[in-house]
Amino acid sequence: MFLVDDHALFLAGVRAELGESVEIVGVADDVEPAIELITERLPDVVLVDVHLPGGSGAAVVAALRVEHPEVRFLALSVSDAPEDVIAVIRAGARGYVTKTIAGPELVDAVRRIAGGDAVFSPRLAGFVLDAFSALPGEVSRSFDPELDLLTPREREVLRLIARGYAYKEIARELSISAKTVESHVSAVLRKLQLSSRHQLTRWATERRLV
Amino acid sequence: MTRVGVLPDAGRPEGRDHRVIDTPPGSAPQWACSTDRGRRPTRLGTAADGRGDPSRVSRWWSAPRHPGPLRRTLHDRVIGGVAAGVSARVGVDKGLVRTVLVLSTFTGGVGVAAYVIAWLVIPAEGDEASAASRAVTDRRGIALALGLVPLLVLTVVAASLVGAPWLTTVAWPLVIAAGGFVLVWRNVGPEERAILDERLGSLGPIAAGGRRNRRVLALRLALGVLVAGYGVGLLTHDRRASGLVTPLAGLVLVAAGVLALFGPWWLRIARDLVEERQARVRAEERADMAARVHDSVLQTLALIQRRAADPHEVVKLARSQERELRNWLFEGRVPGQRSDGDDTMSGAVERIQRDVEEMHGTPVEAVVVGDCPLDDALRSLVEAGREATVNAAKWSGAPEVSLFVEVEPGSVAMYVRDRGTGFDESAVAPDRRGLSESIRGRMARHGGSAVVRSRIGDGTEVALTMARR
Repeated sequence: MFLVDDHALFLAGVRAELGESVEIVGVADDVEPAIELITERLPDVVLVDVHLPGGSGAAVVAALRVEHPEVRFLALSVSDAPEDVIAVIRAGARGYVTKTIAGPELVDAVRRIAGGDAVFSPRLAGFVLDAFSALPGEVSRSFDPELDLLTPREREVLRLIARGYAYKEIARELSISAKTVESHVSAVLRKLQLSSRHQLTRWATERRLV
Repeated sequence: MTRVGVLPDAGRPEGRDHRVIDTPPGSAPQWACSTDRGRRPTRLGTAADGRGDPSRVSRWWSAPRHPGPLRRTLHDRVIGGVAAGVSARVGVDKGLVRTVLVLSTFTGGVGVAAYVIAWLVIPAEGDEASAASRAVTDRRGIALALGLVPLLVLTVVAASLVGAPWLTTVAWPLVIAAGGFVLVWRNVGPEERAILDERLGSLGPIAAGGRRNRRVLALRLALGVLVAGYGVGLLTHDRRASGLVTPLAGLVLVAAGVLALFGPWWLRIARDLVEERQARVRAEERADMAARVHDSVLQTLALIQRRAADPHEVVKLARSQERELRNWLFEGRVPGQRSDGDDTMSGAVERIQRDVEEMHGTPVEAVVVGDCPLDDALRSLVEAGREATVNAAKWSGAPEVSLFVEVEPGSVAMYVRDRGTGFDESAVAPDRRGLSESIRGRMARHGGSAVVRSRIGDGTEVALTMARR
C-alpha cells in the first residue's frame, strides 16, 4: 500500500496503526512525487489525501487511472464535505474515509478496497441520495436512466449505509447476501463516477476538472 | 561691458562682440534687441545686434533671438514647438506668438491649420529634413490624410444644402489640420518621436484610457479635438441664421469632444474608487473574522491541553471546534455566534447534534438528505429524535450515535441508531415511562409513528416517521 499525504504527523500515525496488517511500500507528500513513485512501485491500494500542496488528490487519481487501472485509490479527507469528496471520487477513487477513522476500521476499509469493493461513509451515502433524487424539472442533455437514476434497491442500500449499518447488517436487514450488497454499492459508485447529474458535475466544473 | 553668460541653446557667436546689458547676477541675460527683425540672418546671427543702440531696452514683446534657420524647438514646446521656434527665430516673446495663434483659431480656425502646416514644413531642431519631406514618401500616411477629403466634401455639400456657409469656413481648416496632423504624426524624426511619446505618456488624464494602444489614443485625441473644434466653431460663428439649434449643436459637439478626451479617465477613476472601497471592506471583514476564529481555536486547544487526561472530553472539545470551524468556512457563521434561528430540519438536526455532544460527550454522526421548514408536527418529530439520541448517548454505552434524516415530499423519516448494549423492551417496567410516553406518545399525537428495534448486545435503532402536510 502507498500513502500520499502532506501531513507528517498523520502519516506517522497511520504507519503505526497499519504497520502490522498492511505492507507500506512508499510514501509521498505531493502530486508529482506521488505519481512518479506509484508508477514505479505499483501498489495495490493508494491512500491519498484530498488536499495536497501542489494540487489535489484527484489529480493523482486522474493521472494514474488510465495507465494503471489495477491500482485502487482510497481517498482521505479531513472533512467529509461533498465538495472535497465528489471530485476525487469522480476522478476514480473507489471510496473515501475521514481522518478521524479508527485504526481497525481503516485497515478494514483498505482491505475492502483491495478486494475491489467501494467504501462509502454515511455522509457520502446521504449526499448520493440527495444528488440522485428525482427532480422533475431537471433535464440534462444526456439523461441516461441507467447512469443518472438509482434503482430502489440501491436506494435501500444507501439508506442503510447512511443510517450507520455495516455491510453485514445490511445483508441481514434486506435478506440478501453480503456479496449482493457489495455489488449494489459498486454499481452506485460507478454511477457516481459517470453520471452527468447537475449536482455532481457542479463540483467538477467549479474546480475545473471537467 | 561684460558677457553675462549665454542662453543654453544659443550657439555662441564666434568672435562676436555683442553688446550685453549689464544685469545683476542671478537674473537672465538680456540681449539687445535688433530693430530690423525682418532681415535675413547670416550664419553667425544678426550682425546688427552689436551695433544697435546700447541703450535700447528690450520691449515687453521681445525675446532672445536664436540665430540659425527657423526650427521648431524640441524641448521648449507645448505641442509642436512652432510658437517657440518662431519666437526664437524672430525675437518675439513666445507667449505673444501663442496668443496670436490661439486668437486666430477663433476666427475661422485658420490658426490651427497654419500651425499644423508649420509643424509639417518646419524641421525640428537639429534636423535638416522636415516632416513634410519625409511625408512625401509616406504612402499610407498620405492615403489616410486624403481619406479625410470625403469628409470635407460632405461638409461642403451639407453646408450648401443647409445654407450655412460658416460650416465650410470651419471645415476647411479643421480637415487640413487633421490631415496634416496625421502626416506629422507618422513622419517626425526619431528625436522628436521620443519626446512626443514621452509627452503622450505624461498626458495623464487623457492618456489614462488608452495607455496600451498608442494608435487608439492618438485617434481618440484627434477625434476629440476635431469634434470639440467643430463644436467651438458652431458656438462661435455668426449666429444670424439658425436661432437656438446651432448653439445647442455646438454645445453638444464640444461636450462630445470633451467626453472623448476625458471620459475614459473619469471612468477609470470611478472604477478605481469602487474597487478600492470594496477591497478595504473585504480586508476588514476578513481580519475581523480571522481574529475571532483564531481566538476560538486557541481556546479550544488550551482546553484540550488541560483536559488531556480525559479522552472523552478531548474528543468532545475537538468535535465541537471542528463543527464551529466548518460552519464558519462553509456557511459563513462566525464562531462565537449562536444561531438558534435556523428553523429548518437540517438546522434542528444540527442543534441536536451539538447539544448532545456537548452535554454527553458522545460523538453524533448526523446525515440529512433533503430539507424543509419546520411545522408543529415536525417539531415534535425533532423533539422525539432528540430524546432518542440522548437516550442512546446516555444509556447505550456506544462509542458513537448515528442520526439519519430523510426528507421526502410526503413524509420525513428519522433514524437514531447506536451499536451499544441494546435493551429488551419488554423488560422495562411500565412505570418507567421514558420511552413510551415521551417518544411514542409524541409521535402518535401528531399522526406519526415510532418503531424501536433493539437487540441485546447488538444495539438499538429508533425509527421515527412523520407525514408532512
